Formats: sequence, structure tokens, C-alpha cells
Amino acid sequence: MNTKVKIAGIEFQNPVMTASGTFGSGMEYSEFVDLNRLGAVVTKGVANVPWPGNPTPRVTEVYGGMLNAIGLQNPGIDVFIERDIPFLKQYDTKIIVNVCGKTVEDYVAVVERLGDTEIDMMEINVSCPNVKEGAIAFGQKADCLYDITAELKKHAKQPIMMKLSPNVTDITEMARAAEAAGADAISLINTLTGMKIDIHRRCFALANKTGGMSGPAIKPIAVRMVYQCANAVKIPIVGMGGIANAEDAIEFLMAGATAVSVGAMNFINPYTTTEIVDGIEEYMKQYGIEDVNELIGAVK
Amino acid sequence: MAQKKKVTAVVYSQKELAPDIYDMWLETELAETARAGAFIALYPKDKSTLLPRPISICEIDRENRRLRIVYRIAGKGTREFSAYQKGDTVEILGVLGNGFPTQKAEGKRVFLMGGGIGVPPLLETAKALAAAGTRADIIVGYRDSKLFLKEDLEQYGRVYVATEDGSVGIRGNVMDAIAENGLQADVILACGPMPMLRAIKKYAEENDTEAYISLEERMACGVGACLGCVCKTKDVDHHSHVHNARICTDGPVFDAKEVDI
Repeated sequence: MNTKVKIAGIEFQNPVMTASGTFGSGMEYSEFVDLNRLGAVVTKGVANVPWPGNPTPRVTEVYGGMLNAIGLQNPGIDVFIERDIPFLKQYDTKIIVNVCGKTVEDYVAVVERLGDTEIDMMEINVSCPNVKEGAIAFGQKADCLYDITAELKKHAKQPIMMKLSPNVTDITEMARAAEAAGADAISLINTLTGMKIDIHRRCFALANKTGGMSGPAIKPIAVRMVYQCANAVKIPIVGMGGIANAEDAIEFLMAGATAVSVGAMNFINPYTTTEIVDGIEEYMKQYGIEDVNELIGAVK
Repeated sequence: MAQKKKVTAVVYSQKELAPDIYDMWLETELAETARAGAFIALYPKDKSTLLPRPISICEIDRENRRLRIVYRIAGKGTREFSAYQKGDTVEILGVLGNGFPTQKAEGKRVFLMGGGIGVPPLLETAKALAAAGTRADIIVGYRDSKLFLKEDLEQYGRVYVATEDGSVGIRGNVMDAIAENGLQADVILACGPMPMLRAIKKYAEENDTEAYISLEERMACGVGACLGCVCKTKDVDHHSHVHNARICTDGPVFDAKEVDI
């Protein structure tokens, strides 16, 4: 049975990854899951310098999911290269580093620093809804997305995957812009912008007022967007949004994703990622499927 | 520190101690590695409420592998827990957080200070100190005469009560109880609402007393990955190299001098 998938020439032992921001750099969850069993660890976003993030409360629960407005707190690229990459290199898994920034120069600085490291791929976060300065504009205007993608391609030594925002009128326009600018892959969806009001205290549940919604409640939207993008572009797609189990993961594959990422469900069941790896294999056995690639885009 | 796990616990007993305050004993292997001032996270069965609920450990019975939690109904999740009966199961994640540094209080004059639903973690802390030969002054504040855990605490130290309405003990808060009784300490271990913790931080600074306070914040993962539950720190934190410690893993107990609250 083959569970390997390929994205931008890189072979992943299976199509199960972690969604950026929900898994740190794997350290915290290595107590629960064997990182050697994951297709890839996609790290928490890293910027050129440390970012303190937003005020608290940063997280709140909503029906069937949660809202977060962490604001990309991260230690900056220096600490990341010194500490997080060596940690992940101990494991037999691929490393995809999520890159964030406020200006094109910020992104370029991180992409260049990562060029000399032993990471496998970069995911460019142009779609975080919780950072006020600029970044989201790169992910919500097709021409801006094209420009930043083309610029980063000039500097990147590893393949780049653009992470798309669902908070747009037509996500396929964004997918096409990324592809046209030379992106090696796209990942979707980032969180959906939401809001919750505490009616007893008459205030917003999050200090940031708005937050990104994730969790099982957003899955149908994500599946639809993956399907639309798979029909719009030829570059591979990493699909995510509310994936809780192997059945959900297989839906994304059938919609056209080459791999999937598990996000908020890590918080609810820390063993979700490896349970999905097992579950996909069981499904393949049950249906006599020899190669997981047969599932990708199986539903037209 | 022992490995964190998500396990299925069995409800051993449950009763209501005061209006909306519940007392539940859980049978779980996590009792073996539990510590005073640490917490567990309980997952509601209702899948519309997905995130685990962090609840402090009130008492540990290692011999019988049981953990006691005393919690207030604060929403849908805790309301669900309050309906559990003996024999019901619940998924729990633990053991989480650092706990109170009881060894720093042993042999010294100690205040254990708790306010409202911050009182429960003091019980195991008082028990651990008493086992080491240190009987603390335990100063607890409640809204009204609906006290809980007072008799339990009295086994391990001298208990002073303050109530907001003056119905039991001193009228006022835990700081008033210290002043009225002329109490003094070298070390303070505290858990309670933020205004109380701020007052303790100030008192500790003014009196050159060590104080360790247990903080609370909305959290998602409980294991240090999501960076949801941070607090401002005086020094640069070791994780993100900013001034944000993670309450779930670097805390919940912090040296009061180290945090800006």
C-alpha cells in the first residue's frame, strides 16, 4: 500500500500534516504523538523579529469550533533557526515553516534566512486575520498576492506554498494569482473571520474583537473551497479546515487536496494526527485502494 | 515532569457543596503524577462545546488513584459535568501546569490565600505542607455564608474567613482578614480573582514577602502550543522571547514579582 504523496518534488510519507499555529514546532505535542509518523510538521508562523501578539483573551469557544486572535506571537527567525529546526530535524518527518510578516521586506528577510537551513518547504502566511498591519491585504487582493508571491519566489531556495484566506469573494482568483506568480503549492483555508459578544458582560469575547474561526463547523466551507481551487489551478493543494478524523481528511483528498492539515482538533484530541494516519490506511484496506493518490480529486 | 496524557476517568462521587459549586472525585491514573496547584482539563461530551475545561486539582488520593475537583458552574461545559453521577466517564487531559512551590514554603510562616473558586487548589497545598510539618494560616474569602471546603482546610491549618456581606468571619476580603487578625507570613501561596491577586502582589512587595500566585486565562490547548493563555512578564519569556509567559505550561503559578497583572 502506498501512502506517499508528492508536492513540489518533495515526497511526504503520508498526506497528514499539522496546521500552522496549532502545533507549535511540534515540541509540545511530541509528548502525545510520534512526530515520525506525520507527513510533515507545519510550524507556527515565524517573523523576522519576535512578535508579542495580541492582548488576552485571545481564544474563545463558539458552537462547533473556536475563535482565536493570538496575533502571531513568535520568537523571531533567529531563535527559530537555533532551537526549533534542530528539534524537528531529530524526526523523520518533513518540515514546512510558516512565514509571516508585515511588509514584503519582512517576508523576504525570513525567506532568505531559511534558505540556508535544512527545511523542506515554506508556507507563506498572507492570510492571518488577526494582524492589523498589512499582511492580510496580501491575501485578499489578487494583484498583491501575485506580487508578493513573485517576489518571494526570487529569494526562496525551497518551494513555497501560499496559504490562502477564505475571507474573499472568490478564492479561485487568489489561487490563480498564486499559481501565475510561480507558487509551488497553495494551502487553504486559513480561518474565517468571526466575532463573539459576551451578552452578560456586554463586551467582545476577544480583546481583538474579531478572531479567526476554526473547528469542525467550518469544514463544509473548506471542502467546497478546496474543490473550487482544485478545478482552477494545477499546482498541488494542502487542504484544511475543521478536519477531525480520517473521514474528514479523505473528503479533502477527494475534493482535490494532495495533503491535509489538522488544526484546532489538536486542542480537542491531541492524538488526532496519528489517528488520521491510521484511519486513512484502514479506509484504503477496506476499499482495496493500493495508492492514496487514487483518492486525490476522485470526486469530480 | 511526568508525561501528559488524555485519559478516560470514572466519576467516583459528586455532590453540590454550595449553590453552583460542585465537588467531584474522579478515578484516574493521573492521580499518580498530580501535584498541588496543577490542573486537569475536562472535555464535555456535548460536541458543540469542543474545548477542554481547565479545572484546578483540589485534592489527591494517590493510594486509591483518585483526584478531587471542586468547580463552579460557569457555562454549558461545567453544567454538563455537574450532572455526572458515580460511574459516568469523562475524558480528561493532564496533569497540566507547574503547581505551587510548596518546598519554598516548608518550615516558614505561610499564608495560603484563596478567593471564591480559587479556594479549591489550597486544600492539596495545605495538605502537602502539613505533611512536611508546616501548618499554614489559611485565609479564604467568600461572597456570603455559603462557604465550601472550610472544614477540609481546618484539618491542615488555621482558617480565617472573610465574607463580602459579613455573614461569616471578617466583613470584607482576604486582605482585611490579614489586617484584622494581625497575621504575618514569610511566604504567600494564593489563588483567586485578579483584584485579590493584585492586592497580594502589592502587599508582598510592601512587606518584602515572597508570593506565588495562580493565574487564570482563557485557554485552548492547555499544553503550551496555541499561545492563547499568556500573561505579561517582567523578563523576556523563554518560549517566544517577548514578555509573555504561557499560563498553562510556565504557570499557572508565578512568582508575583515576575508578572505584570
